[in-house]
Amino acid sequence: MSHDDHDHDHHDHDHGSHLSEVQARVRALESVLTEKGYVDPAVLDQIVEHFETNVGPHVGAKIVARAWTDPAFKAALLADATRAVVADETFGRVGDHLVAVENTETQHHMVVCTLCSCYPWDVLGLPPVWYKSAPYRSRVVMDPRGVLADFGVTLPAGTAIRVWDSTAETRYLVLPQRPAGTDGWSEEQLASLVTRNSMIGTGLALQPGEVAR
Amino acid sequence: MNGIHDLGGMQGFGPVVDEPDEPPFHAPWEGRVLALQRAVLFTRTWNLDAFRYAQERLPASVYVAVSYYHRWFLALAGSAIHHGLVTQAELDAGHAHGPAAPVQRTMTLRDVELGKIRSPFGRTPREAARFKPGDRVRTVNIHPMGHTRLPRYARDKVGRVEVVHGCHAFPDAIVAGDGEASAWLYAVVFDSRDLWGNAADPSLTVSIDAFEPYLEPA
Repeated sequence: MSHDDHDHDHHDHDHGSHLSEVQARVRALESVLTEKGYVDPAVLDQIVEHFETNVGPHVGAKIVARAWTDPAFKAALLADATRAVVADETFGRVGDHLVAVENTETQHHMVVCTLCSCYPWDVLGLPPVWYKSAPYRSRVVMDPRGVLADFGVTLPAGTAIRVWDSTAETRYLVLPQRPAGTDGWSEEQLASLVTRNSMIGTGLALQPGEVAR
Repeated sequence: MNGIHDLGGMQGFGPVVDEPDEPPFHAPWEGRVLALQRAVLFTRTWNLDAFRYAQERLPASVYVAVSYYHRWFLALAGSAIHHGLVTQAELDAGHAHGPAAPVQRTMTLRDVELGKIRSPFGRTPREAARFKPGDRVRTVNIHPMGHTRLPRYARDKVGRVEVVHGCHAFPDAIVAGDGEASAWLYAVVFDSRDLWGNAADPSLTVSIDAFEPYLEPA
């Protein structure tokens, strides 16, 4: 089934006049909370800006690229991801309880939050709509290969799959496999191969031919 | 509670649809809802787990029909009314009708950094951990009306402790009113056939992060 065949709006988005009604109600809530002094719109502006610009999968991609090139960092990341990442301030700040899990030829990892939307915001930014949607949350714990097929990904039958359901405050980052043919690539070049989905486990890192080096 | 939010293992929701080049927010109001949620959370009128529970208690037909940030808005507005920060009449009018109730604190530009980062959830343990990696455990068979992080598909199942994550804040008890509650937290892994029967994908294992009160020796 192609994406075009699916009524995307049906599950995941409000639209039309309904949308403008929500927008008006959000504005009303902000106005009342502001008039009562509970919130400051200038503070809200800064929070929005932070999540639109500072955080995103580019942070996780840098971490993965470092792990691909620096065995000591990779070992530290897999042992205690929060500690390994905060030790290098170029990665920015991350919160506690970050866990990195490594994909190999024989073991593939995927991350979900079946109960809500828990996601490693510090290293991947805000979760995409599909991650928070009922189709993903319901199915990946039971039929991960079917979910992977929705993303155009097929794994060998012999590859074991572990699905991590983030039911508490632990946050999981998947360390995808480094693609072949990338010997001698810089960390920056390698980071360009690391997609958001490859760090959730619904995708693989891009192949060298898929990006301009 | 056994709410619609507890989706793991349900069938019939259709394919997962990726959106290439998806923006952080699909409309400006989504960003405002996220920022409002974090700023109001800062007042300590309620906590993050209570906010999650407020979403879980939305009518099931609403929960599945609205978008993610719309759901946040409904939980936020409902909680704000419930806790007396605003009234429905004020939301209908878009203006305050009376003075503000006192709150512990409000977020200013000086502490906006705190609105961007995750709080630590680790707690000092009061007792030694009951389980260690490799232990076989059975999850409890509970169906509380309150908030819980034990999903239905993983109740009354035998698994294996794989990781001891440490002692963490315990949401079930926090939402029930014990703000200081904590419990040891473990990654517990299950064989797919123990969750889904003999027709399950044999190459699959699933783990949850399980608080100690969810576990008994098996």
